[in-house]
Amino acid sequence: MNNSLINQTFKITKNENRPALLTYTVAGDYTKKKSLEILKSISKYADICELGFPHNTPIADGGQIQTSAYRAIKNGIKINDVFSIVNQFKKLKKNKPIILMGYYNMIYQFNENKFIKKCQQSKVDGLIVVDLPFPENKKFAMKCKKKNINFIQLISPTTSDKRLKQIIKSSHDMIYYISMLSTTGGKLKVSPKKILREYSKIKKQNGSKNVVIGFGITEKTINSLKKADGLVVGSEICKEITNSIKKRQNAVTNVTNVVKRLKNKIK
Amino acid sequence: MKLKKNIPLIDQHDKHGFWGGKFGGSYIPETLKKPVEDLTIKFEKLRKDNKFIKKRDFYFKDYIGSPTSFVKLENLSNHLGGAQIWAKVVSEANGGAHKIYNATVHALICKAMGKKYIVGDTGAGYAGKMLSMAAKKFGLKCKIFMGAKDIKRQKPNCDAMKKNGAEIVPVYSGSQTLVDAVSECMRYWVSNCDNTHMCVGSTVGPNIFVKICGWSTSQISKELKIQLKEKFNNIPKKIKLINCVGGGSSAYGFWSEFIDFNKKQIELIGVEAGGPKKSNLHAAPLSTNAKIGILHGAASYVCQNNEGQIHETESISAGLDYPGVSPIHCFLKDTKRARYTFATDEEALNAYKLVTKYEKLNPSLEPSHAFAEAIKIAPKLSKDTICIVNSCGDAKKDRDILKQRLGKY
Repeated sequence: MNNSLINQTFKITKNENRPALLTYTVAGDYTKKKSLEILKSISKYADICELGFPHNTPIADGGQIQTSAYRAIKNGIKINDVFSIVNQFKKLKKNKPIILMGYYNMIYQFNENKFIKKCQQSKVDGLIVVDLPFPENKKFAMKCKKKNINFIQLISPTTSDKRLKQIIKSSHDMIYYISMLSTTGGKLKVSPKKILREYSKIKKQNGSKNVVIGFGITEKTINSLKKADGLVVGSEICKEITNSIKKRQNAVTNVTNVVKRLKNKIK
Repeated sequence: MKLKKNIPLIDQHDKHGFWGGKFGGSYIPETLKKPVEDLTIKFEKLRKDNKFIKKRDFYFKDYIGSPTSFVKLENLSNHLGGAQIWAKVVSEANGGAHKIYNATVHALICKAMGKKYIVGDTGAGYAGKMLSMAAKKFGLKCKIFMGAKDIKRQKPNCDAMKKNGAEIVPVYSGSQTLVDAVSECMRYWVSNCDNTHMCVGSTVGPNIFVKICGWSTSQISKELKIQLKEKFNNIPKKIKLINCVGGGSSAYGFWSEFIDFNKKQIELIGVEAGGPKKSNLHAAPLSTNAKIGILHGAASYVCQNNEGQIHETESISAGLDYPGVSPIHCFLKDTKRARYTFATDEEALNAYKLVTKYEKLNPSLEPSHAFAEAIKIAPKLSKDTICIVNSCGDAKKDRDILKQRLGKY
């Protein structure tokens, strides 16, 4: 998938000598319309947008993303709405990569093949399935590849060396390194130096893979990890939506400002 | 899909951890792959280790108080007419329920793995109470995750946990019941798996947890098999083993030794929670034909909508109030070895009233669901039919609910 939009994006950011900024928001948070507005607005600063399809039993997500997911579900988001958000977004920004992220049960209920087909139709660039690890994901990853959709593997500090090699070998254009033992939104409890050391282990195996780091990345910590190919910020953005609603402020503006500040820190 | 003979059901999965090719597995975040693999290797080693088995048997006997008694409920049988009703009084076990078997084994494994912290989920509070007891016994630090709704309705067990020095972490997300407690416990383990051991309170979760729990509770049927031979000189020709099913740990434990028998001789009946009469919030995925889904790391029948969002459930019995069920029960259902039905809140309460009126037995609301089924079918059955109910929990924890619903306890 050399020509993938994801690869092209990393080429650009590498030329600019900076990491790619990846944002994570939940589709339908806090309404279908608003989540599209937020996505459009933050994509001015974000290089790649991850969009979560919300599940009500998210076993790897911390409080902030859980709150966003419950809010979106309560406001009636359905899988087909998620695809329609992507579709509308892509019509305006066809060169901005979109990665869908979620839990396997929703894909399973929707039907794997149908799900991938829908991804293709709405021009989804990549997929992250939190609870479908290697090697269980082999078949599904293959199906994605056939349709030119990047299946993005995760690697964590607990991943053994043997698994690391296997995962990298079976990965597509991008790999997601989980910075620490935590759910999303945890406080960064490992030193950036140590995280980057683990990160280099992956890069050494195969330098051509784009490796992003996520979990615990905030305005405070993002600068210390900017050697990475890309950095993912999720919970901090979801938190900003929650706070804006509480304060009855414009979430679109507030969230955009957060993303803008994040971008400035890694330029 | 076929059951194999002479192999424990917990071991009849394929190399990916699936029973019948589609139930179970390990749908877990990457971070948990290593700790789950370590645990799997350790458990497989320990269960073949004579020293470990001796230790387990010692604690089962000396600490838990095995065997629990097997008694005929004469008065209830006479009142109902028809089949004989018997009870395996597992609630006599130390702590008052079958959960002590799994908790003790997990504490022993935790020690063997050199970990000092142990965490677990709980619904009715029995899994939490027992884990706190075992943790105290073996010198481990213990945290229990429990839905805020359950903390309110199962206070006696919460008091016990605190007394044992465990920290109860209230879970406020979702329906604030067992399903949310399990999710939160798994999240905690994701963040602390380097020094913490996780105990899943039932035969649910990633493959290895189903196996450890089933291996532990199978003690119940091992005892029963001996007791049947003692009382009847042989295994009787017509037996019905009736057990409530939430996650399914007590039912598996009650049945495991008898799965190889012909179902005409030994019928296995699982009773799920039907919730309040006329409600649609059954916690009964097996008997209401729920679809297969992935919940808490395993594929099983799950109460869910067609988008894959997990349904909220409602049951008077916190221990059965769970939208999923063990993959091994799904396997038993699809192979038609076991039959699954449900009892409503009202039926369970009536059963409780009747059992306590006629017998010196105080079954909690969970086994009261099983008694409801026994009461329903016994009058239509012949006198030589032996209906055995696993009275797997004591009603002390249900004091407040029973007072409220029946006016007395």
